[in-house]
Amino acid sequence: MSTLEQKLMNTTETVFTAEFHSLDGNGLEKAKKYADRFRGWFDGVNATDNTAAHAHVSNVASAIAIKQLGLEPILQIVCRDKNRLAQQADIMGASMFGVENFVALTGDDVTAGDEPEARRVFDTDGPQLVRLMGTLKRGEYMSGRKIDPAPHMFIGAVENPGAPPFEYRVQRVAKKYAAGAKFLQLQICYHQDRLEKFCAGVRDAGLAGKIAIIPTVVLVKGARPLNFMHNSVPGIDVPADQIARVEMAADPAEEAYLQTLEFAQHALAQPGVRGLHLTDFRNDETLERLMTDLGRVRQTAANSSTTNEVKDDHAYSA
Amino acid sequence: MTTFIATIEHVVKGPVWGCQDCGQCVLHSTGMTCPMNCPKTLRNGPCGGVRENGHCEVKPEMKCVWLKAYDRTQDWPLPSSWKDEYNHLRPPVDNRLKGTSSWKNFFTKRDRWTPAGWKNTTDESVAQGVDH
Ligand code: SF4
Repeated sequence: MSTLEQKLMNTTETVFTAEFHSLDGNGLEKAKKYADRFRGWFDGVNATDNTAAHAHVSNVASAIAIKQLGLEPILQIVCRDKNRLAQQADIMGASMFGVENFVALTGDDVTAGDEPEARRVFDTDGPQLVRLMGTLKRGEYMSGRKIDPAPHMFIGAVENPGAPPFEYRVQRVAKKYAAGAKFLQLQICYHQDRLEKFCAGVRDAGLAGKIAIIPTVVLVKGARPLNFMHNSVPGIDVPADQIARVEMAADPAEEAYLQTLEFAQHALAQPGVRGLHLTDFRNDETLERLMTDLGRVRQTAANSSTTNEVKDDHAYSA
Repeated sequence: MTTFIATIEHVVKGPVWGCQDCGQCVLHSTGMTCPMNCPKTLRNGPCGGVRENGHCEVKPEMKCVWLKAYDRTQDWPLPSSWKDEYNHLRPPVDNRLKGTSSWKNFFTKRDRWTPAGWKNTTDESVAQGVDH
């Protein structure tokens, strides 16, 4: 059982997960740097799959690196680039190296990236991929061919509480839960009312406590990235007053931090919310500040009983 | 004969429903909206990229296929069993059926074939009425 699964399924503790940075040249060295920054703060770290339809170091390779660096990887798999055979192969490959957490998402379209001329695949969709993961977990490929022993898998999905049709998003959660998802990382949502309704909807559908909701917050330095998300990322709408609030502030970086903290606290107060997912676009001391302000104590080898086997040269020493 | 049926089907469904000849029609369960017109060919609801105005992530000039399907399922006088099916988990497309007649595949039940691994269900899926 992965430590993320153990915490979500067997305790009521708040979990924190984070998006690992995309890796390109000098990948391993950078992975070490990022891992050192994240070590001790997070219960799981997402190995992303060609984020925003840009090619990077593969999700599987990143997940294995994260694992070897002593953190708990969550392997993200999108449906855009690979058909069902390749998706199964990736899951089995990562599993061979001890990756246990998987999260299925449909993924942005190829036209969102820098190679819009590429062929889009979408041989499966998000909910189908969840079910496909469930099939592997049971010890079978999609064909019915047996896998013995079955891989250890903790399966999650993604949903966007901030994109229309809002009421229907909850039904999608039910569908993904039925397909086998036990946790749900949400896309960043800058409309607090939408997040509230979404969480209440999941509760009213009888799913609170059955599927762990993990909303996302993003650390940004100022109004520019907010404007970018608003204008260039379909499915993300940032209300004008939230952008203005940062733009007009005497100290935009500080205001942006306070805004993130406020969204984090608000999200954690919603029913069914079991934790928070963090995307860090700042790369500065606000990562520690946010975690500390949220009451998180950094885990070290000394104060943790669940630390993975960590090689000495990577161990965080406080 | 088989080609003949496929041609008739295309002539009827093409202009009206934008049929893409996937050969395993789910129109009745999607508010008579063909999910194969979604640029990502999603069969289980909208992606996370639906724009604020309800339009498609990939084709900003087009309303998201799944929003259309959702509205029609709510508003059109469709049989309630069809409406219920809207939330079922539809299996991945059988790519071998592309270009064949879904009418014929319906009557021969060929369109209900799924691989062995898909057929097994979790307790939750039974409770939620997932297709299998
Ligand atoms: S926005 Fe709607 S139509 Fe466009 S790709 Fe997503 S689900 Fe398909």
